[in-house]
Order: sequence, then C-alpha cells, then structure tokens
Amino acid sequence: MFVNNDVTNAMAKEDRHVIKLTDPEHPVILSTEGLHVYYGKKEALFEGDLQFASNQITALIGPSGSGKSTYLRSLNRMNDRIATVTGKIMYRGVDINQPDIDVYEMRRRVGMVFQRPNPFAKSIYDNIAFALRLRGVTDKHQLDEIVETSLKQAALWEQVKDDLNKSALALSGGQAQRLCIARAIAIKPDILLLDEPASALDPVSTGQLEDTLLSLKAHYTIIIVTHNMQQAARISEYTAFFNQGRVLEYDTTSHIFTNPSVQVTSDYVSGNFG
Amino acid sequence: MNSKTQNKVAIGGLYGIAGFVVLILLALLGFILVSGVPQLSWHFLTAPGKAFLKGGGVGVQLFNSFYLLILAMLISFPIALGAAIYLYEYAKDNWLTTTIRTAIEILSSLPSVVVGLFGFLFFVVKLHLGFSILSGAFALTFFNLPLLTRSIEDSLRTISDVQREGGLALGLSRWETVSRVILPAAVPSILTGVILSAGRVFGEAAALIYTAGQSAPALNFADWNPFNISSPLNPMRPAETLAVHIWKINSEGIMPDAKAISSGSSAVLVIAILLFNFAARYLGKRLYKRLTSA
Repeated sequence: MFVNNDVTNAMAKEDRHVIKLTDPEHPVILSTEGLHVYYGKKEALFEGDLQFASNQITALIGPSGSGKSTYLRSLNRMNDRIATVTGKIMYRGVDINQPDIDVYEMRRRVGMVFQRPNPFAKSIYDNIAFALRLRGVTDKHQLDEIVETSLKQAALWEQVKDDLNKSALALSGGQAQRLCIARAIAIKPDILLLDEPASALDPVSTGQLEDTLLSLKAHYTIIIVTHNMQQAARISEYTAFFNQGRVLEYDTTSHIFTNPSVQVTSDYVSGNFG
Repeated sequence: MNSKTQNKVAIGGLYGIAGFVVLILLALLGFILVSGVPQLSWHFLTAPGKAFLKGGGVGVQLFNSFYLLILAMLISFPIALGAAIYLYEYAKDNWLTTTIRTAIEILSSLPSVVVGLFGFLFFVVKLHLGFSILSGAFALTFFNLPLLTRSIEDSLRTISDVQREGGLALGLSRWETVSRVILPAAVPSILTGVILSAGRVFGEAAALIYTAGQSAPALNFADWNPFNISSPLNPMRPAETLAVHIWKINSEGIMPDAKAISSGSSAVLVIAILLFNFAARYLGKRLYKRLTSA
C-alpha cells in the first residue's frame, strides 16, 4: 500500500523491537526467556522472549508458520510429546518448563482453548462439571453454581440454561467454542491461552466471542493467537509479531498497528504479505 | 475412446463386479435359508441331539455356542481393550511397538485350524484342561484377540485428537483423558466392533474341534451349579458348538436325518450371525445418536 509506505519509509527502522513491561497496575504474570522449540531436528521457534501482563489481553500475530501457535502451545506444555522445548517459562516466579513440574496441576492454572471447538461427547453440564468432579468437587449445589457462573462468564448461560442435559455436540460452532471457554474457566485458571479461537466461526459468533474475552479480562490474563489483525487491534492491549520463528516486535497494540518500529511488522500489518 | 465413454465403461465394470459379489452372497444366503428354515422348530432349537435316531435337536450345541462366545469375550475383551489403549494412546513409535503390531498382524492371519491345534497341545494336553469349554474359550481368545485389538484401536483412532488436547488442557492426566473423554466417546464404535467379532467367533469351527471337543453330553438345565458335570455352566465339560456340529454331522453323522439337521443348523448359525450384524449397526447408531444429541 502506497499510503503506508510513505509513512514507514520516512522512519528509521529497527531489526527487532521488544519492550519490557513496566505497568505497576498489571504486573508480569508469565514470561519466557530463551525459549526454543524443536520438532525433531527442525527448529520451529528460535527466539521467544516475551512478558505477559496480568489481566490484559495479549495478541500473538504473524503469518502462517511463523511459530506463534508453537509458542502458545509451549506455554502450558501441550507440545511436550511432540516437540522439545528448551528455555525458561516463568509463571509467578516458578520455571514451569522443568521436568519435575506437575504439568497437570500447572495446566489447571494455565488453561487453553483451541482453534476447532472441541466439546466432549457429554451433556453441556457434564462438559463443565466432569473435570471438577475428578478434582473432588462433588457437592451438587457447588457444581450447579460453578456451571452457571462459568456459562454466564462465557455469555452462553441464557442460550443453554434449559438444555443443560442435552449433548454438547448439538451446539453451533460459536456456542460450542463459548462452552469450551466456560469449561476452561470453570477450573479457575490464572491464564487463558486461546489458539485462533474464532477462525472456525462466522462474523456474528466472532463478535460475541470478542465481547466475551473483553469481559473475561477482569478475571483472567488472556493470550490469544489470531490471524485476524482487526481482531488483535480490537481486543488486545499488547501485540507480539512473529515471523519465521522469531518475535520481531512486541509492544502495545496501538504502537504495533499505528507506528511499528520494524519494517517487516509494518509490511505485515499493512497487508503487504502474510 | 473419449474420457466420458471411458468413465462410463469404468463405472459399468465396477457396478458389474459389485453386483456379482452381492449375487454370490444372496445365492449362498438363499440356499442356506431355503433348505434350512423349514427344518426349524422349537423342538429342533431346544432338544438334545440323537446319535443314531432321527428327530434330534441342537439345543445343547446352541447353548454351548453362546456360552463359549460369552466366556471367550469375557477373556479377550479386557485384554484387547488394554492392548488397544496402550498401542494407540501411549505407545511411542519405536521398535517395541512395531514388534507388537507385527505380532498382532501375524496372529490375526494364522489359520484358525493352527490356532486350534496349538490350543489342543497347550491347553488340552499340557495344561490338562481336557476337551473343555475353557480350552475352547482360550483358543477362541487367541483367534479373536488380534482382530478385536485392531478394531478397538480403529475405534480410538476415530476420536479426533482435539478431544485429547481438550482433556489435557483441563489438567487431566493422560489416563483421565483416555478413560473419561476418549473411551466414552468411542463406546458406540467399540461396541459395533465387539458385536461383529462376536459374529466371527460364533461361527468359528476349526479352532474348537480340538479344544472344546466334538461331543455334546446332555445337559440338565435345572442344575446351575458350575461344579456339577451335567450343569450347563460347568466350564470343564466338553462342548460341541453349532459350527462344529455342522462339520461333524457332515463328515461322520450317522443319524438318518443328518442332512436335515445340518441344513437346519446352518440356517440357525447364519441367522444368528446376521442378527449380530444388524444388532451391531442398530446399537452403534442408536448409542451414537444418544451421545451426540439428546
């Protein structure tokens, strides 16, 4: 785009631009240091040093194959069986990328929602309640209450409150995705990782999902991978731009989208490639 | 020849082949049913057999077939389930897994008469189990295990990996994910596989001739103490099944109505296996519906 090139060419560009967070209102809750991910011998992520502010939404953007999903899935160690992840993942002062960390316990604090909605072949109620029951929450009233609160937080309660015993597989894509969010927040995580959660949804459902995420920010730290730059611009406070396995730029979302410091970022957000 | 005619010829050829296969099946079924169904009666299905006189039934053989089937399933299902879960959900791709898979493949292609002879030497002779239901059930387990393991593994494969990730992301362990998320979702398809393999086991003869034996002593259906020799439940008694019975009366039957009994037994066997197949489809579909919409 010619309009943008005039602006960007005028500025001195850096090769890499990653800020450190200093906002005392939203302290760093999760950070990675020297994160490298290998699939077999092939290195998929070379450079992943990021900090995440609590109770804020951070968007990870970048072209396909840039390593943003790989990075996200490493944060709660979903890549354990398929990749080798080296480096530090500091969560509240603890390196959770250590072999002796209880990953199952850790994943209850760092929850995840996936690209394709994946409700279980159970009732709507049980989709949320069964993980809680496994953790020893058996009191019916308490379970009812958690199911209701989670569904309300995920903005799904009004639509399904009379159908809680129906199969979750009958829900529409957007509803199923919000059920997956309700399921994830029912176990009260600190951090919610979302891997392109809206890519399989229609525009209306996407809008509802974004509203849901904005309202969840008060309770959770949200890190979201998205292909949709408008989405990143609409909902996130911070944005990281990934390219070819590196974090090229990390700053506030407004900085990334209006005045990026790296030429490649500028090319990407202005739609010149990717 | 242009591509349109080529396509037509190919489709015609394929239809022809498929039709031929269906025709063979229908002819076989038709022959068995037409010659067998007229022999069926309540008396035929329940009365014990007669060695020299006409008018014998297949009641004992029919019961033996079901009893053996249930025992064989009770033994082979848990093992197959465990093996399939290990192979699909846990095993890494290494030489050990490859060896196990190859072993299963070979085991599934063993001729059943070989399985029967092995059962004879090992269970009947070596372990002193004699010609008994137990020997037969073990032999059937060897026959059934590889097929059932394969079919359960295929059922697990139909459950998408996003379901496994969903479980793990909730902080469930791998075992919790498999037992609480994957297995319940796979139940309809596992059930279908189990019933279909039950059909195969039900019709098996060669593996049983030398293990469960070829005689069907009369049973006292009022005696349910498994330790009594005439009790139907006694697993140590010799037990000729329906399929073995058909083989036997055709090769050495000396009752005057051997042909009629053979036809009748064949019809019963075929009907039972057809019922297994229909039940598998029906139950599988129903369960799937129950689970996916309510």
